Amino acid sequence: MATMKDFRTENKPTWCPGCGDFAVLAALQKAVASLGLEPEEVVCVSGIGCSGKIAQHFGGYGFHSLHGRSLPTATGVKLGNQDLTVIAAGGDGDGYGIGMGHLVHAVRRNIDLTYIVMDNQIYGLTTGQTSPTSKKGFRSKTSPEGAAEEPVKAVETALVNGASFVAQAFSGDVKQMTVLFEEAVRHRGFSLINCFSPCVTFNKVNTYDWFRENVIRLKDREEYDSGDRDAALSVMRKTHGLVTGILCREERPAYHEVMTGAHSVAASKMDLNIPREDMREIFHSFR
Amino acid sequence: MPQLTWKVGGAQGEGIDSTGEIFATTLNRLGFYVFSYRHFMSLIKGGHTNYKVRVTPSQSGYHGDELDLLIAFDQSTIDENWKELSEGGVLIYDSSRISSPDFPGDKNFLLCPVPITEMAKEAGSSIMRNMVASGVTAAMVGLPRHAFDPLIVERFGKKGEKVVASNKVAIQAGYDFALKRFGQRKELPQPQPEEDGGGHLFLSGNEAVALGALAAGCRFLAAYPITPATEIMYTALNHFPQYGGKVVQAEDEIAACIMAIGANYAGTRAMTSTSGPGFTLMQESIGLSGVTETPMVIVNVMRSGPGTGLPTKTEQSDLNEMLYGTHGEIPRIVLTPTTVTECFRYAAEAFNLAETYQCPVILATDLFLGMSKQSVPFEEIDGVQVRIERASRIGDADLAAMGNGEYRRYRVTESGISPRSIPGQKNGRFVAMSNEHDEGATEEIEDSRNRVEQMSKRMRKLDGWDVDAFGYVYDGPEESTEITLVGFGSTRAQIGEAAARLRERGVKTGHLQLRAVKPFPETSVCRLLSGASRIVVVENNSTGQLAEVIRARVGFHDRITHCLKFDGDPFTVQEILNHCNRSQEVINGWRR
Repeated sequence: MATMKDFRTENKPTWCPGCGDFAVLAALQKAVASLGLEPEEVVCVSGIGCSGKIAQHFGGYGFHSLHGRSLPTATGVKLGNQDLTVIAAGGDGDGYGIGMGHLVHAVRRNIDLTYIVMDNQIYGLTTGQTSPTSKKGFRSKTSPEGAAEEPVKAVETALVNGASFVAQAFSGDVKQMTVLFEEAVRHRGFSLINCFSPCVTFNKVNTYDWFRENVIRLKDREEYDSGDRDAALSVMRKTHGLVTGILCREERPAYHEVMTGAHSVAASKMDLNIPREDMREIFHSFR
Repeated sequence: MPQLTWKVGGAQGEGIDSTGEIFATTLNRLGFYVFSYRHFMSLIKGGHTNYKVRVTPSQSGYHGDELDLLIAFDQSTIDENWKELSEGGVLIYDSSRISSPDFPGDKNFLLCPVPITEMAKEAGSSIMRNMVASGVTAAMVGLPRHAFDPLIVERFGKKGEKVVASNKVAIQAGYDFALKRFGQRKELPQPQPEEDGGGHLFLSGNEAVALGALAAGCRFLAAYPITPATEIMYTALNHFPQYGGKVVQAEDEIAACIMAIGANYAGTRAMTSTSGPGFTLMQESIGLSGVTETPMVIVNVMRSGPGTGLPTKTEQSDLNEMLYGTHGEIPRIVLTPTTVTECFRYAAEAFNLAETYQCPVILATDLFLGMSKQSVPFEEIDGVQVRIERASRIGDADLAAMGNGEYRRYRVTESGISPRSIPGQKNGRFVAMSNEHDEGATEEIEDSRNRVEQMSKRMRKLDGWDVDAFGYVYDGPEESTEITLVGFGSTRAQIGEAAARLRERGVKTGHLQLRAVKPFPETSVCRLLSGASRIVVVENNSTGQLAEVIRARVGFHDRITHCLKFDGDPFTVQEILNHCNRSQEVINGWRR
């Protein structure tokens, strides 16, 4: 059986020392190994930016796709071979800026994949510009006077559109993150895990210490019911989104089980030859 | 050539399409060779629409220049179409709506007033205008009184006997009225039924593309609805699921294209289908397919651009975008089938090419070829040998023989093709990377030597493909011609008829139709055009995009003239002939 080591690669990540993405990678490697998955059964699909490099450092198959397009790529991979475990991963700019449209539709489909967003509230690789999740008033190279826009409420959007699994995690708590990833991968359907993953180089506001002071854990609230979508929205509003744990979980069929052409055999494993007589019958239906 | 051309026109939503379809489908089933062309607008009700049917003694591929019979439901149908009516043509009009038809000119038409709306109301509802018109048609072209009955039962049987009966009543009313008042006025050519006595296949290019994909093992289509490509999706929805094929309506064309790339990466033969606006949105993923060396098939059914353009009209103006679109440089194949059967054959072949060369394959048609339903002999399509070649893959045994980490996905090879693993294969791990990457595909790398190696490897992949064996069809003398007509894709039938007419006049004429434009079959094009005194490049766009490619790749600048059309309609034979007549003058003008 594969161990966490099998999900590591030889190349060292090029992230800055202390980057929150190290924790995300480690938690993911640990989670898939503890679920008993083999490296060839797992595909990590990423967009671009610092977070997008995760596909290169994760020891399964990978697809380092285009900016904002990790979800449609991952959707295609899953529908191409539904037997694979598919992880989509990227940053807040990638997922909630250019890729925001895809998020809503992946949620609607309930496509069976795990979507990990490394949310650092800034554009890191391009050396520090305002991101869709930067708070209003956030100062950066592209908002010298402070950001004029409200931050996008991606998690709430996923909740409102019926996401069947929604959680938040924090790179300062790898243990909790690992458990959340395990739950998300195990979940049959779409799961979004928004991870507070601080950028230690360019974001001097939303730092590890800042999150430690401000984030609360749902686990500490005994009365919380993850089957109650309204409660999830309410807690997000009350905490200004600064909350970790499983916000919402609901069991329903995954897209590949109910879509047009759903089949128990993966598309990539189908016999492609159509009997000549079948083809002739199809031709004759066009008369 | 004995033939019959017929058209019905009215406001959109009045049953014009169903009138045309009933006539065309019935004739096809009786063994006639039929070509149908829909003229329609981007709205649901109102506006002028018409449906033209051409019946020929053999397969045609084109709806004809002239018109023998026109059925006008309203005056605007006359305004829009009277010019097309031939001398001695029959103009049937709804006298319940038009008291006296108004058309300028002194053409000699046979005017046939028929109270179409009134008769339809008498039969039960004005909706049945189309049935009255069908009956009138049957009488005037010499079809039996009950010719349409089987189709009426098939179409309306589900709605109950009463509906079937009242439709038949409407048809018969039209038939009896027209036979008594006008009698048979036009002749149909001889039907040429299939061996089993039945009709030919009645297929559009779009339907043929979807069937070709299915036969080739495509088991995934992601697309976004767009005129004129949506029938590909409909056909896939009808026939893919039975064989485990999945169809996704994506949120946009960006997602559609990239989903299909994801599915191909996972080992499934996958495609997307679209038209101009969607094709533009796919440019970034076409590049992704190129750099990650992931097979991909994209069908672009061209329509008039730019922007939203004329969404329901035909054009061939995406050639440049298909040849050059996406930033950076990638290997790609662009196929331009010229007939419905080639739509089937090339759609099937596209999947083999995509897998062999691990690059995007663009299959280009247009509204004219994609949406025009036409008679195709069963043998012609059934005779296409579809082979499924899953080349350029690495087997499990080969991977097992390697240690973990030994397999290099983007290994630099002489052919440029590197054996591909797919997720699920042990020891085959790699990252399909949109960044420049090394041979091992494990990380992005900016080293300049590696960059040159990987770029060169990708760009030489297609050197091994013999496009000259595949990429064109030529008709005419090979050594020298007075004039050679050149086109690509859907224009083959009209250019072919124009060439035939020139030959009848004693002009030594060649006809070169391109079926692949990337890679460009330049050896053949050069050979076939070098003996032509005049070269007329016929294309449905305003800048002569194909002519530009010929000039750039082959030459002959001083012999090429452009025959261009970009008003949204397909070429007529006469338009091509008119240009040919002028082309010597054009060339003389340059030489002066």
